Amino acid sequence: MKIYKYGDNVDTDVIIPARYLNAPDEKSLASHCMEDIDENFASTVEAGDIVVGGANFGCGSSREHAPLAIKACGVKCVVAKSFARIFYRNAINIGFPILECPEAVDGISAGDSVSVNFQSGVIVNETTGASFQAAPFPEFVNGIIENGGLLKSLKARGVAK
Amino acid sequence: MGMTMTQKILARAAGLPQTEDGQLIEGRLDLVLGNDITTPVAVTEFKKAGLSTVFDRDRIAIVLDHSTPCKDIKSAQLCAVCREFAREHAITHFYDVGQMGIEHALLPEKGLAAPGEVIIGADSHTCTYGALGAFSTGVGSTDMAAGMATGLAWFKVPSAIKVNLTGELGPYVSGKDVILHLIGMIGVDGALYQSLEFAGEGVASLEMDDRFTICNMAIEAGAKNGIFPVDGKTLEYLKGRVSRGFAAFEADPDARYTKEVTIDLSALRPTVAFPHLPSNTKTVDEAAGKAIQQVVIGSCTNGRLKDLREAAAVLRGRKVADGVRCIVIPATQQIYLDAMAEGLVADFINAGAVVSTPTCGPCLGGHMGVLSDNEWAISTTNRNFVGRMGPTSSMIILASPAVAAASAVTGMVTDPAAL
Repeated sequence: MKIYKYGDNVDTDVIIPARYLNAPDEKSLASHCMEDIDENFASTVEAGDIVVGGANFGCGSSREHAPLAIKACGVKCVVAKSFARIFYRNAINIGFPILECPEAVDGISAGDSVSVNFQSGVIVNETTGASFQAAPFPEFVNGIIENGGLLKSLKARGVAK
Repeated sequence: MGMTMTQKILARAAGLPQTEDGQLIEGRLDLVLGNDITTPVAVTEFKKAGLSTVFDRDRIAIVLDHSTPCKDIKSAQLCAVCREFAREHAITHFYDVGQMGIEHALLPEKGLAAPGEVIIGADSHTCTYGALGAFSTGVGSTDMAAGMATGLAWFKVPSAIKVNLTGELGPYVSGKDVILHLIGMIGVDGALYQSLEFAGEGVASLEMDDRFTICNMAIEAGAKNGIFPVDGKTLEYLKGRVSRGFAAFEADPDARYTKEVTIDLSALRPTVAFPHLPSNTKTVDEAAGKAIQQVVIGSCTNGRLKDLREAAAVLRGRKVADGVRCIVIPATQQIYLDAMAEGLVADFINAGAVVSTPTCGPCLGGHMGVLSDNEWAISTTNRNFVGRMGPTSSMIILASPAVAAASAVTGMVTDPAAL
């Protein structure tokens, strides 16, 4: 696995530029993911890699195409100091794991080997041996994630028909 | 414990006597909005989940405004998906080319947002309707799909920052300068997960179009929503547009705020934001002289009639500088008609600007004004991120309509008072 590390305020326009929103299929979104901030990302990312960001990750446009693009690349999760709120709920709603943990962001460098336990929220930097605890999700949000996203969760509860 | 305006609206929507910071609630929705970029993804999710009916065909709005009139085949195909869904579910408020305008100017104009209502939209600038005392916030396509099916959405009740406004705006200073100044003060994540609640004696002097602009860019400070109290100007705006009952909520005197900031409107200077963040603000005095090649006047932020009047007042009898392209985009068909009736469209064309049909186009680098390499634009839009309006080497300065128009005349960032 590889770490892709970025700074603060990674906006959804750089995650997936608007010029590609006319083709919202996963394959197309994945092929342009991060293009305007890291032109090598889409061609080198592999299943199981982790994206690490600074504060306010995913700010800007509400486009769900952004977490969809990252997820479609096979990225395991995003760890950031904080998330912009629409990106945060979009990731939860599509069942894509995100972890808020400023200490882990400061304690992970590109090239490190990192493991994540989504149940406990524990992030381990296996290269340095350091361990970090991400903020746990509220139970309600966990229910959405465990059901595989918002719509499945609403169907499981019998709210959506 | 006292509640903020937002907390009262969310409490009512959730059927609770009280809500507090951080509480997770499920609230009833008064309106669910989508556009031609976000609706197709919502439709895919809606179908994939095996959903078959919408909760209320009168409480869904679909506006084809981003890539329209369609810029390419793929965009046309996405609009076709929206059209088919709207037809299949007999969506009352479906706006196609000819009726459509930029969604956040169109919905208030059509009376689809009112005080106390809860509105979600699959577009980040849905926070605009807080100007009317509504709780409105941007969400993604899955939330839109769930909202269309159930009429419900989950929310974390936000804490709030109180923004006290004092004084009155001076000449050539507008709502855009207020919100850019505020974002410059608190930063692009200064209100993350929170509501921005505007208050104070300065509110009364702000026109509705200024309040729409201010709430529109609450998201650029990371806020969940921006909201203004309802006053005589709000009620005047709603007259003839909203006939259903609505409820105006005031913040309790003992409502809790994480922070209070004060802005003296009288002291504000025209303010611009340099690349690549809306928080990278300077006064026009500090920025004056920076050369630009394109000017965009329009968008959900600044495409309303007051904006066009302010731009036309600067351009009237003057010419757009050689080497500068000035693009003016009235936000709705009604605004376009009003601008024509007032002679503003003639002012723009006589000055050498182009006037476009309503579209979000250039704001997100879609069409109707995409930049080339290393070009600089001054724009009344809301984001100046890397690559937003063109290649990654292109640059955007955010500004008010008056400053953008003055800059069109000189070809460089210019204080309109200095012309």
